[in-house]
Amino acid sequence: MKIGIPKEIHPGEQRVAATPDSIIKLIKLGFEVSVETNAGANAALSDAAYLESGATIVNDIKALWDDSDIILKVRSPEKHPQLDVDEIDLLHEGQNLICFIQPAQNQELLERLAAKKITVQAIDAVPRISRAQKMDALSSMANIAGYRAIMEAAHVFGRFFTGQITAAGRVPPAKVMVIGAGVAGLSAVGTANSLGAIVRAFDTRPEVKEQVESMGAEFLELEFEEDGSGEGGYAKVMSKEFIDAEMALFKEQAAEVDIIVTTALIPGKPAPKLITTEMVKVMKEGSVVVDLAAENGGNCELTEKNKAVVKNGVTIIGYTDLPSRLPTQSSQLYSSNLVHLLSDMCKDEGFKVDMEDDVIRGATVVHQGEVSWPPPPLKVPAIAKPQQTAEPIKPKEEDTGPKKLNLPVLIGAAAIFMGIGYASPPDFLSHFIVFVLACFIGYQVVWNVTPALHTPLMSVTNAISGIIVIGAILQISGPIDSPVTILAAIAVLIASINIGGGFAVTQRMLRMFRR
Amino acid sequence: MSTGVLTASYIGASILFILSLGGLSNQQTAQRGSTFGIIGMAVAIIATTLSDQITGYGVLGLMVIIGGAIGLFLASRVEMTQMPELVAILHSFVGLAAVLVGVSSFLGAGEGVSNVFAGLASGSQHASGAAKTIHDIEIFLGVFIGGVTFTGSVVAFGKLNGRISSKPLMLPGRHLLNLGIIIGSVILGVVFVQSEHSSALIPLLIMTALSFVLGVHLVMAIGGADMPVVVSMLNSYSGWAAAATGFMLSNDLLIIVGALVGSSGAILSYIMCRAMNRSFVSVILGGFGTGTGTSSASADDGPKEYVATNADEVADMLNDANNVIIVPGYGMAVAQAQNTVNEITRILRDKGTQVRFGIHPVAGRLPGHMNVLLAEAKVPYDIVMEMDEINEDFPKTDVVLVIGANDIVNPGAAEDTSSPIYGMPVLEVWNATTAVILKRSMATGYAGVDNPLFYKENSRMLFGDARESMDTVLGSLKK
Repeated sequence: MKIGIPKEIHPGEQRVAATPDSIIKLIKLGFEVSVETNAGANAALSDAAYLESGATIVNDIKALWDDSDIILKVRSPEKHPQLDVDEIDLLHEGQNLICFIQPAQNQELLERLAAKKITVQAIDAVPRISRAQKMDALSSMANIAGYRAIMEAAHVFGRFFTGQITAAGRVPPAKVMVIGAGVAGLSAVGTANSLGAIVRAFDTRPEVKEQVESMGAEFLELEFEEDGSGEGGYAKVMSKEFIDAEMALFKEQAAEVDIIVTTALIPGKPAPKLITTEMVKVMKEGSVVVDLAAENGGNCELTEKNKAVVKNGVTIIGYTDLPSRLPTQSSQLYSSNLVHLLSDMCKDEGFKVDMEDDVIRGATVVHQGEVSWPPPPLKVPAIAKPQQTAEPIKPKEEDTGPKKLNLPVLIGAAAIFMGIGYASPPDFLSHFIVFVLACFIGYQVVWNVTPALHTPLMSVTNAISGIIVIGAILQISGPIDSPVTILAAIAVLIASINIGGGFAVTQRMLRMFRR
Repeated sequence: MSTGVLTASYIGASILFILSLGGLSNQQTAQRGSTFGIIGMAVAIIATTLSDQITGYGVLGLMVIIGGAIGLFLASRVEMTQMPELVAILHSFVGLAAVLVGVSSFLGAGEGVSNVFAGLASGSQHASGAAKTIHDIEIFLGVFIGGVTFTGSVVAFGKLNGRISSKPLMLPGRHLLNLGIIIGSVILGVVFVQSEHSSALIPLLIMTALSFVLGVHLVMAIGGADMPVVVSMLNSYSGWAAAATGFMLSNDLLIIVGALVGSSGAILSYIMCRAMNRSFVSVILGGFGTGTGTSSASADDGPKEYVATNADEVADMLNDANNVIIVPGYGMAVAQAQNTVNEITRILRDKGTQVRFGIHPVAGRLPGHMNVLLAEAKVPYDIVMEMDEINEDFPKTDVVLVIGANDIVNPGAAEDTSSPIYGMPVLEVWNATTAVILKRSMATGYAGVDNPLFYKENSRMLFGDARESMDTVLGSLKK
């Protein structure tokens, strides 16, 4: 299987879908990898480094798209500025494309891709379940965006983040408010905190409080009871009363803080407007708002997509390419997300789109020319919520250890015992009780024996099964020539061999075990 | 001695036996456990001997002394590699003793000889028909189990020391034969119970002969690789035979000990079967690895190439390694290479290399066989790991030495669904950087299955006798 890595063509896009490190792993998985000339140039990844990792450098873009079975990209296909064709038209039947698609917003794109009779995995449609965390590119990009948001804010903010007492006087620390404590929000919280700012964070989902506090921020709470957790760990739309209370809180905070980072997104809906024009007005001059939701309309009413604007002395940053502004880091994380996805798709018999696998089913938005988005809902909620009424996960039945009993066997055994009890004289039963109890004791005791001592265990049990000598002893006292005595004497002889030999050899063995 | 004291002694002996098995749960307490067993046995024998009805001290003393001496002699002479044979032959003694005690008890009842406990019960024994029937069944069952144990163990002994081919003997209609013997025995049992005492001896003796045949036939049909299961199964049978004798003589001590031994053997058999991913029934019915193996061997016909290496290279690899795991198998036992292996281990450990041993549950011919051999060679037991403890460490290991093991390191068991041993847990040595496999030739293992491990890129074959190869490696290491 050949993998092709084209250079990204979106204006300003600096990332690349594979790094030399990830290519080494892809080759280990059994792929051949071709990389377009200068594909990683913007991410400080030279062609020479790619060559060294075992990839082939291809100059002819058309040939690269033609020869590859799998195309790995960052952005979804668009019109190629050099070739003057759409990247979709470079694809041919049977190929596999893996990149960001945003299938919910791009129905038309999906249909155009399907028309090419190809298969497409949208890396941003990987379901958010624990097993798929390692391929969750949204999270890894969000992490970078959160970091970069603070960097952008620091860049335009006229003061230190950290508080200092200097010879020239006291410097107060900057105050940062982060709205939305998802991956990006938490990353922003951590970054701002490590620069020394006072950080506060708000989220509609109360369960993230601990995460926020663990990152070093204060969690802002409303005097209001409503849980904002929605499916898949995302937030949902809140009631009007809640929003009013929330807005009041933001307004109060806006007057106080220097930097606001907003990351509030509700899946499939325009971003909620949380920072109104009024709030921007009450902010101090020189303050900064970084709006990470600019792509979906922005959390701030004054946000302009892809621009930094100054309104009332407040800089409002609406960049949508924050991950791309850290191209080396984001390429590295994105490429390893892709490697994980591909290694999950290469199980026993090589690369395969397994539509039975929840993760791959979720990611596959076009399958062999058919639009397969949206996927059927997952059977379990992606992130378990407390007090969920949904089916509890049954503990897996243990198949090891001694305590495996099942009901029919128990009932059968009970029936047999009842039968024995009914038919037998009491004399026999008392022995039978002893027998059954001894079996249980043996069962319990022997399970604890370490496997290393199984041979000594056998020789000890062997020696003590020589106890049968007692049976022989009891019969040895008749006349010396009677058959009973003779048989018993032989039995005593061989049982004694057993006892002597068994114990002696056990002792010998056990003496050898030493640390 | 009064019956009360006798009973008390039996209770004490029973407790000592339980403590004895409990003591084996780890190496520190094992020695104490074994001592408890000896004391328990001594208490039981002395108490029984001192009970009122025993008078034949001369014969008894003589037999115990001779028997004990033979036992001690055998135990002091046996090589650790021969442990399986010794255990097997000792099982046969228990089986034979059970047969003899059963028959003599039957004869004794006719001659009016009884014992204290049977004597206590004798009032009801003749009064109630049910009690007599039960007593007869007990004798019959005790002799039957004893008979199977006896000949089964003798055959196992023969197979283990090579006097009998370890290949499974597959008679046509063998399941029918077994079934026939069992049905025949049941019919003889009915006849035996219903006969007058004078004529009942004949069905008993015929059944004894049948049980001997069954024992031989059962074990003959089982292949060499399944010997650990067979030996522990026979261990279990010898326990049940003792327990049946206990019922027959109304002796609770025999019942308790028999049940302990029986359940112990049964658990060991179960553990072994699980380690091979096979059901107990399929092992007992025998005939594994006789035809199924060829299909997978010829499944992929690409040229298979293996890379041979020599002792000097292996020594270099070991010198450069930080992490070494040694996987011993029956081949190490056969070649008696454990002492050399220990020397190599010691040299490497002195250099600061981490050396550990990975033991598969069914390595060798007896449960725990490899542990005993390594202990004999003075390998410290805390670097000897079980499969589950060490399997995940293979990817972090530089060199794996596979010494005379084959099926237990077969990747086919994990990867090839068509393999007859598919699903059997194995030591995943192929995950290490390099696996060196010591082997006599490219022959297949006991299961008769080809081993794809040999053809892996990171596998190196070191052909020759394991002992000689190890000696050469040791020589190069010392240079």
